[in-house]
Amino acid sequence: MTYTFGLDTFGDRNGDADGKPLSHAQTIRNVVDEGVFAEQAGVDFFGIGEHHTEYFPMPAGDVVLAAIAARTGRIRLGSAVTVLSSDDPVRVFQRYSTLNAISDGRAEVILGRGSSIESFPLFGYDLADYEELFEDKATLFAELLKGGPVTWEGKTRAPLLNQDVVPHTESGPFPAWIGVGGNPQSVIRAARLGFSLMLAIIGGPPDRFAAYSQLFQRALEKFGRPPLPVGVHSPGHVAATDEQAKAEFWPRWREIIALIAPERGFAIPTEESFDWETGPHGALYVGSPETVAQKIAKNLRVLAATRFDLKYGMPGLTHDQLMTNIELYGRQVIPRVRELLS
Amino acid sequence: MREPTRLAVLGAGHVGPVIARLAIKAGYPVAIATSGDPEDIALITELVIPGAQPQWASDAVADADIVVLAIPLHSFLAIDPALLDGKLVVDAMNYWPASDGVLEPFEDRGSSEVVARRLAGSAVVKALNHIGYHELEDRARPAGAPDRRAAGVAGDDHAAVATIAGLVDRIGYDPVRLESLRAGRVLQPGGPVFGVVLTLPEFERAVGEDARSLI
Repeated sequence: MTYTFGLDTFGDRNGDADGKPLSHAQTIRNVVDEGVFAEQAGVDFFGIGEHHTEYFPMPAGDVVLAAIAARTGRIRLGSAVTVLSSDDPVRVFQRYSTLNAISDGRAEVILGRGSSIESFPLFGYDLADYEELFEDKATLFAELLKGGPVTWEGKTRAPLLNQDVVPHTESGPFPAWIGVGGNPQSVIRAARLGFSLMLAIIGGPPDRFAAYSQLFQRALEKFGRPPLPVGVHSPGHVAATDEQAKAEFWPRWREIIALIAPERGFAIPTEESFDWETGPHGALYVGSPETVAQKIAKNLRVLAATRFDLKYGMPGLTHDQLMTNIELYGRQVIPRVRELLS
Repeated sequence: MREPTRLAVLGAGHVGPVIARLAIKAGYPVAIATSGDPEDIALITELVIPGAQPQWASDAVADADIVVLAIPLHSFLAIDPALLDGKLVVDAMNYWPASDGVLEPFEDRGSSEVVARRLAGSAVVKALNHIGYHELEDRARPAGAPDRRAAGVAGDDHAAVATIAGLVDRIGYDPVRLESLRAGRVLQPGGPVFGVVLTLPEFERAVGEDARSLI
């Protein structure tokens, strides 16, 4: 079994050592350095999730990925996620196909909604149309990925008639995933359209997603498609010891969840809920390399998944703390997980 | 002997399967339906909601004693109210413009009151809407368990509220009855118990003043 291990960021705005926020521009430059360093540390994939907020100033992740591509040679680079519903699938394909060219075939894309809903009003879309937008645009994106002239007609975008969309890829479609947060109908859709499945597990026991992994493979069979990989995306933070990782991450986690809880309906975390989520049964990968490795290995097995992306960072953490996290993840966690799974 | 109470869960998204599984575990016969062909959710039912019966919505509702609405509110607006005539309906939906977009009929109101006005021929009870779908199963406990949590049940028809309080109790929560849909506004997004999972005394304390002020 081949396993792939990635790091995802939302461009979480860095803090300085005194907790003062760095500028958006400096945060973005730091993300470039983090992506380059991830390759040096031995990470397989670096993903950037689209966000449009003060705390996550990362609306143009593909531009940042291109900068990382120019300074690296091996690491795969992709979105995590692209908010496809409020974008134009043709433009998304063109940007990532360009990234694929720059990086010599290292581009990937994860399509979804994430928790990034601010792009809807920003670009003039109505959230109430979310489902129709996503279905329509994911269908078009699947057509674009095949390469060759596209003929397509839908409800949310002008039709295409035998349209050549450039740049062409050199060796077939680049990997494309749909990120799913717990709606089984989205799992079926990923299988129907031939996308790989990325399970976004940000709270509660990960093992409840095992049925989704099975559902995905069964649905692929039903639609006459070959098996495709299942991945897991979850937040976390690695430091030298469990205590240090939790002490660094907890205040940042509490702050950001408390901020977005009212509009997303999340419960505001308590120390008790944080201890549970970072414990063996929860969804957060916060701790020493050994603690995090054990948890990743266990959940990849339970979920029949071959890809794990750690969403690292949190607004307010320092660039140095993130670099340490990246180093420990690449040099210690990943080799240890491979060992545990072999 | 009377047939067991049958449930129809409308919606196979985030919430519907969770409520369906809890009800199956509590011994209820459960049908699940979406707006489309049951064949489309056959695999989902087999793997994610084992024991449930995928059906056309009209068939599922016709056979059911209790109908649970677990669909987005904009889909609810597309349902023919006649479908639910004479039924006991659990409204597990939420109006959540930040996440689902603005729906004019639900602005600045109790969402279940709007639902009830639309479903004039049904008894509408607001329940199972305020605990996150990813927590609802995890937190369920048998009656008497020391760490059992509470769940609100609100409605204008008190017999219907009593029936749904029984359902909530059987699936694993201490029911807290609120005597009107208006009082049930405390269960909505932004209310004191939305998204937090509380024990009975904590729940009663949290809703106490708010609920009284709305009666």
